Amino acid sequence: MKGLERVLLRLLLVVALPALLVVAWWYASDGSTDIYWPPLRTILSTFPDVWTGERLREDVLPSVLRLSAGYACAAVAGVALGTVIGSYRGVRAVCEPVLEFLRAVPPPVLVPVIMLFAGIGDTMKVVVIASGCVWPILLNTVEGVRAVDSVMSETARSYGITGVARLRHLVLPAASPQIFAGLRQALSIGIILMVISEMFAASNGLGFTIVQFQRGFAIPDMWTGILLLGLLGFVLSVVFRFVERRALGWYHGARDASRRSS
Amino acid sequence: MLDVRGLKKVYEGSGRRVEAVRDLTFTVDAGELVCLVGPSGCGKTTLLKCVGGLLTPTAGEVLIGGRRVTGPPPDMAVVFQEYGRSLFPWMRVRENVELPLKQKKLTAARRRELVADALASVGLMDAAGAYPWQLSGGMQQRVAIARALAYEPRVLLMDEPFAAVDAQTRADLEDLVRGLWRQRGITILFVTHDIDEAVYLGERVLILSSSPTVVQEQLKVDLPADRDQLHTRVAPRFAELRTHVYEQIQAAKRGTPVADRLVKDLTDTPPPQ
Amino acid sequence: MRGANALLGACGLAAFLALGEAVPRLGLVDEEYFPPTSRIADALAGELSDDAFWTALGDTLTGWAIGLVIAVSAGIVAGVLISVTPYLREATASTIEFLRPIPSVALIPLAVLLYGTELRSVLLLVVYASFWQVLVQVMYGVQDVDPVAEETARSYGLGTWARVRHVLWPTALPYVMTGVRLAAAVALILAVTAELVIGAPGLGARIAVAQTSQAVPEMYALVVVTGLLGLLINVGARTVERRALAWHQSVRGEVAV
Repeated sequence: MKGLERVLLRLLLVVALPALLVVAWWYASDGSTDIYWPPLRTILSTFPDVWTGERLREDVLPSVLRLSAGYACAAVAGVALGTVIGSYRGVRAVCEPVLEFLRAVPPPVLVPVIMLFAGIGDTMKVVVIASGCVWPILLNTVEGVRAVDSVMSETARSYGITGVARLRHLVLPAASPQIFAGLRQALSIGIILMVISEMFAASNGLGFTIVQFQRGFAIPDMWTGILLLGLLGFVLSVVFRFVERRALGWYHGARDASRRSS
Repeated sequence: MLDVRGLKKVYEGSGRRVEAVRDLTFTVDAGELVCLVGPSGCGKTTLLKCVGGLLTPTAGEVLIGGRRVTGPPPDMAVVFQEYGRSLFPWMRVRENVELPLKQKKLTAARRRELVADALASVGLMDAAGAYPWQLSGGMQQRVAIARALAYEPRVLLMDEPFAAVDAQTRADLEDLVRGLWRQRGITILFVTHDIDEAVYLGERVLILSSSPTVVQEQLKVDLPADRDQLHTRVAPRFAELRTHVYEQIQAAKRGTPVADRLVKDLTDTPPPQ
Repeated sequence: MRGANALLGACGLAAFLALGEAVPRLGLVDEEYFPPTSRIADALAGELSDDAFWTALGDTLTGWAIGLVIAVSAGIVAGVLISVTPYLREATASTIEFLRPIPSVALIPLAVLLYGTELRSVLLLVVYASFWQVLVQVMYGVQDVDPVAEETARSYGLGTWARVRHVLWPTALPYVMTGVRLAAAVALILAVTAELVIGAPGLGARIAVAQTSQAVPEMYALVVVTGLLGLLINVGARTVERRALAWHQSVRGEVAV
């Protein structure tokens, strides 16, 4: 009985505030005549009409595909380059100032630059997303690879674990917590760039459609777009956390173990 | 089996030049268990890394079975003090033990056999599927020992392997090492700062001087081959030997106390290579 | 060692600039799309002597600074309140987890409708994006408070405010600094984004103008300026953070001895 009560209390704590906020929004906006703040009732009833069927296929799907493609390219390039740069002190010293500068460029300003080269098609968007996402991944990989524990490194060496095996069994796993930290930062940058690149120049996609609604003063539709983007961000972060928990299970376990003992 | 001749190691960096090991010469015969003991900061770890091929000596040479060591030799295994940092936390116990064997290009069947045998001989058959950090410190060090055994080395180097575990576990692990040594006939070089441990384990004890390090004395341990924690440690001969080693180390410490501290700074944090 | 690294870094930078000069000159890419370094440098010099550029830089920095200050203050206050009020942390956790990953750019259409190209548009995006960075770090920091220290303070009869001031705040400070550093970087990204997409005055809007008027070298020059600005903010924030951390650790060291 005691356990059940605790579960119920926790459930209450999890759902209470969100429910309260939704209800507050619902009643505060109910009967609203301000065209910018339509009633939540209207927004929710518009949602299925706007985002099912054709739009899902022609706007949401392309956006998500472009995001995945750009993100995947950035992940591969970032980890590969980061491993090389992190492994050699000389390379790192040479590259560091340039990397620091490139990382500091706010990624959205890449959109107009990349449009010059890649036009306004899918390629442009994928390149924009990739070139914005690559820096946090790359720099975190460099840090992770650089910080491989000296005892682990010597252990590997004394057992003749060198070259590719060292990379696979020692360097990449040891750097993976840092790499995932970079991937997480890159994910939010990727979503931003996905939306921006579509707001700039596109004929479909989430960002494009939402701006169309706004320009056409289809306010409830625009609100559904904002909700959908929010939902997308949330879902992607949940998926990311799930993957991270699985891939880094050992890391969280080891950290908890050392916390308990200290 | 193991020949160390005129070994010298000088660290140079940021304007300081520190002679960690001056001139070390000793041999370990095949199948012998030799303990190296010396005052703290006397360059034991430096010496061990030179023997293990992890550091290049400034002068002198290390020979294993007559072959000169230029890198980590394939017939040598090392057990480090920091078990928590020596086992890979992303691999299960079994995988940790198996990894060096994969590198040796052994068949899967042979690997399985060696892993099972090594884990059984350290008494960790049941823990094969666990992650190292799920085990206690003593068990983790057992895993590290199992990994070394599975590698089938001719020479086993142990760098203060029990310095970080509690006293009871430590006694168990000492008996384990001695048992394994008698069973398997491996050549073991065991580095420690604990005098009792050196006398209890070794067939021979090498006492090192303070840094810059030389061999202060070589002492044959004439205790019976069958040793146990209860009786050996209270035997009069044991007390004599440990007193002798203790006096030698005290004498070594009085030698050059200032240089001692200087080198400790360097050897505790491994120098950049 | 440090000198050698700086030298290598300078070499890397020089090579990067030289590459930027050589690649378009050799015709490997179209000069119209990728002007050589020297032409970008000329354009940059041109920008620097233009008053409008400095106004734009000022606008960007104003949006960045005001937004950052609001986000940091709100983040700290909210973070501390949520952490010290019983049950509030548990009650808000799910809401924060839901709101935080919402991309701030989703608010762009709303900002355009409500505020047009005013500063408030920029602030809406900047504050929303950087607020979470600070809030989350503050909450991590408070979580890190040593329960023994907290209980000791309680047993000596320190009130809530005194405990926040003497126990919670010093522990959380390094985390707060990290949050401020992250927020500073994010705030710049969003400030420039808002200007670029919405057209609020600033460097971003100037880039958009350069783009539509095909002033390619000027566009590159402005991108370089935003990069340098970002670099300055990163380095500055890291220096401040390191100072704060050094102070923190030294104090802890003294207490330990």
